[in-house]
Amino acid sequence: MKYMHEYRQAVTIRQLADKIAAVTRQHWTIMEVCGGQTHAIVKYGLQQFLPAQIELVHGPGCPVCVTSIDIIDKAIDIAARPNVIFCSFGDMLRVPGSEKDLQSVKALGGDIRIVYSPMDALTLAQHHPDKEVVFLAIGFETTAPANAMAAYQARKKGINNFSLLTSQFLVPPAIEAMCQSPQSRIQGFLAAGHVCAITGYESYPKLAEKYGVPIVVTGFEPLDILQGIFLCIQQLEQGRSEVENQYSRVVRQQGNLPAQQMINEVFECQSQSWRGIGHIEQSGLKLSEAFRPFDAEQKFGLRDKVSSANNKYDTAGCISGDIMQGLKKPCDCIHFGKQCRPESPIGAPMVSSEGACAAYYRYATFNESDTFNKNAAFNKSDTFNKSTTSEKTTTRRDQ
Amino acid sequence: MCLAIPGKIEDILNALPMERTGTVSFGGIRKEINLAFVPEADPGDYVIVHAGFAISKINATEARRIFDLLACDETDAPC
Ligand code: SF4
Repeated sequence: MKYMHEYRQAVTIRQLADKIAAVTRQHWTIMEVCGGQTHAIVKYGLQQFLPAQIELVHGPGCPVCVTSIDIIDKAIDIAARPNVIFCSFGDMLRVPGSEKDLQSVKALGGDIRIVYSPMDALTLAQHHPDKEVVFLAIGFETTAPANAMAAYQARKKGINNFSLLTSQFLVPPAIEAMCQSPQSRIQGFLAAGHVCAITGYESYPKLAEKYGVPIVVTGFEPLDILQGIFLCIQQLEQGRSEVENQYSRVVRQQGNLPAQQMINEVFECQSQSWRGIGHIEQSGLKLSEAFRPFDAEQKFGLRDKVSSANNKYDTAGCISGDIMQGLKKPCDCIHFGKQCRPESPIGAPMVSSEGACAAYYRYATFNESDTFNKNAAFNKSDTFNKSTTSEKTTTRRDQ
Repeated sequence: MCLAIPGKIEDILNALPMERTGTVSFGGIRKEINLAFVPEADPGDYVIVHAGFAISKINATEARRIFDLLACDETDAPC
């Protein structure tokens, strides 16, 4: 496909890898913020093309992973009610709430539908005026305009049997929170290209300057990610901490203005709780006053309902928060590949198609002692070709 | 979730500004996509699509930059 395959050629990948090796002198730790980038890195075995001094750590940019248990429990509560059609992106169905997941509600007869776009949920509401249609509106800035448009059109067209259960996150406050953490080892960031397609990157220079970290707006194809790493390492080696845009074919400095206008019309900022990480000031969006009638929490009387803090999943030893802050890797988790697998996940990163744990499980290989080994995991001669064809061809631990 | 893929606009189905939609082809697979956020994109243009919405028009000049930098031919067969 145009604008995809040309960024996956082995020959250009190797050229860029040589350039990275040529500029790297010291040990550097870089975080790719977006879960989509994490998947590309693990799927294509990109770490094998990097010098040993470069360590990639995986960020919190997976909305399925950071949506709080509280929201999952509210989703389960609403989806189990009669007369409700509950719509969600597919990944959310298997994310554990405090007691169960949405899939189990569906198994018991709940009308839960997987949709591709929030507009599909709105169309369902138009076709089923006798039902309440609720959309689980999760996402970062990339998805916020789509979610906002669904609410905007519902209000404009008077589709009053439609509402949103929102779990919207903002990336820059999370980057700032990680920079402020005394435990942080992150020296540079690959910012999430599709988030920046909406927001632009005018808010990043002050973060880069304040915390002395290069921030490179980066795309999602193997060549994009390696070029993002190259630009980041070049800055680190030269002692610079600036903002650069690797993904200029998609991202403009000021972002997408019509999309920003739609977000500002429908949402307002609020503090947000990130699963596994905790509370971050002004890092989320909620429906603004004019759109409250389309707020599912308000409609179903759940606004003040809070789940029990000591639920079994957060106390099960899931280290997803440490992984998403770049402090640990999935293979550091005692449950990884044992009790926690995609078919029986303990934490959300094992469910999501962008979760770091799922990426390691699906694409990484294991050495003979059956423990994940970063350096042994990638076979220089063939992994890239194998991974690009199909995930089925990668070696996976026997069930 | 923030996965977004490139596709080519083939035609415009609804031209109302806030409801603008069109057919977008993803390597031959066609889907109706909301184009309200890319008013500047027309049939023949490539856009990046996420959750049923085009979020950005691809700039063809910028897309070639990395290949100029590496001084190689972007039409080499993918591996
Ligand atoms: S492997 Fe499972 S339990 Fe461990 S951090 Fe990942 S999601 Fe949590």
